[in-house]
Amino acid sequence: MALSFQLSMIAPTDEVWSVTQLVTATKRLVEGGFMPVWIRGEVVGCKAWSSGHWYFSLRDRQTQVKCCMWSRYNQGMGDPPKDGTEVFVLARPGIYEAKGEFQLGVTRMIPTAAIGAAQRELERVKEVLHREGLTDPARKRPIPELVSTVAVVTSTDGAALRDIITVVGKRWPCCRLMVVNARVQGDGAVRALVRALELVSRIPDVELCIVGRGGGGREDLAAFNSEAVCRALAAVRVPTISAVGHETDISLTDLVADVRAPTPSAAAEMAVADRREVLRLLDDLGARLAGGLGNRTRLGAERLARTADRLQGAVEGLLRRERHRADRLGAQLDALSPLRILDRGYAVPVDPDGSVLKRRADFRPGAPFRLRVADGDVGARVEPE
Amino acid sequence: MSIAQDLNRLEEIVRRLEADDVELDAALALFEEGVARLRAARERLASAEVKVQTVLEEAGDLRLTDLDG
Repeated sequence: MALSFQLSMIAPTDEVWSVTQLVTATKRLVEGGFMPVWIRGEVVGCKAWSSGHWYFSLRDRQTQVKCCMWSRYNQGMGDPPKDGTEVFVLARPGIYEAKGEFQLGVTRMIPTAAIGAAQRELERVKEVLHREGLTDPARKRPIPELVSTVAVVTSTDGAALRDIITVVGKRWPCCRLMVVNARVQGDGAVRALVRALELVSRIPDVELCIVGRGGGGREDLAAFNSEAVCRALAAVRVPTISAVGHETDISLTDLVADVRAPTPSAAAEMAVADRREVLRLLDDLGARLAGGLGNRTRLGAERLARTADRLQGAVEGLLRRERHRADRLGAQLDALSPLRILDRGYAVPVDPDGSVLKRRADFRPGAPFRLRVADGDVGARVEPE
Repeated sequence: MSIAQDLNRLEEIVRRLEADDVELDAALALFEEGVARLRAARERLASAEVKVQTVLEEAGDLRLTDLDG
């Protein structure tokens, strides 16, 4: 018996979807619903295609999901992981439209064993730095206040450098940035960073050094946890700011540097003053300078007036003292006057020339002389012997 | 002479001028120097664009190159 019915009996024909419509809508739903997420699982059946893309499944005890990792994301990772390798992947769930299949687009993959090893190495380096005092807060140097020349150790291709130039350009454009280019991730990053940091100490006039990079995955920041880079940073002859990744990332260079900045932009803000504030400070100093001089000249005038008063006082005092002295001397002079002595009954013999006769020999027998007494003189003669 | 040095000296000059115990001609000399420092610092701050140079080591020597943009 032929079963025949009309479609319109179960649903209106305009509500029937094509497969493509369904897959497209599902794709939109799934891909719009997820940000990239970290997923832990076991790799199964990983196959590298000639294009370089990897296809595999990620599974746990209950289920599994298909994954692909484009060649540009797996570059430098070596051979595809073996079956059973436990990994963390950063992936975005999606729908492979041609097959209508749910799959993960993997952008990063880290074997869990590597994380363990990396963590152990991190702890070891931290311990060494701590033991040698390189992370000691007492070692931290202050950031100089108004810098003219700042060294920046980072990749010249990175966002970090652009951010730093932008912030410094806005706040403190009178500054000179000396950029020492260095690989900040992958092979050779440690060596490049060490060399760049060594170079900083040789650049003339540098007052401060920023070392850092923009955000990235954990292994992208690995060079900033290396012992060699930390030692090179500690040896830089000027104060240092470490700015690695985002706010939540802490690297060992952050502990060794004199200051840790949460981001490269924040490092630039810490490194340089705001021009407007310094201009305000200059205005203030200019006003105080003028006020200081005004104050000084007023004081000068006051002092001059005071000096004149004191001079006059001194002269008057001097005159007064001199007058007293003259009076006193006059009185003494008076007391010593021979006339006063004659008053008391003494007489002075003088010869006709007026010379005083003081000794026997001065009196020749029969010679006339005069005796001066208080009110005049009288004639006299030496008796013959 | 850097801006920092200019500012430090300026602050010292102002402090001394405000301290009352400077001779008048010394005060005038300080004032003149202060004005010069003030002008120098302002001129330095007026610089419009941050100068960016890359530093390379070549055969043991440093080579500086202006960075574009």
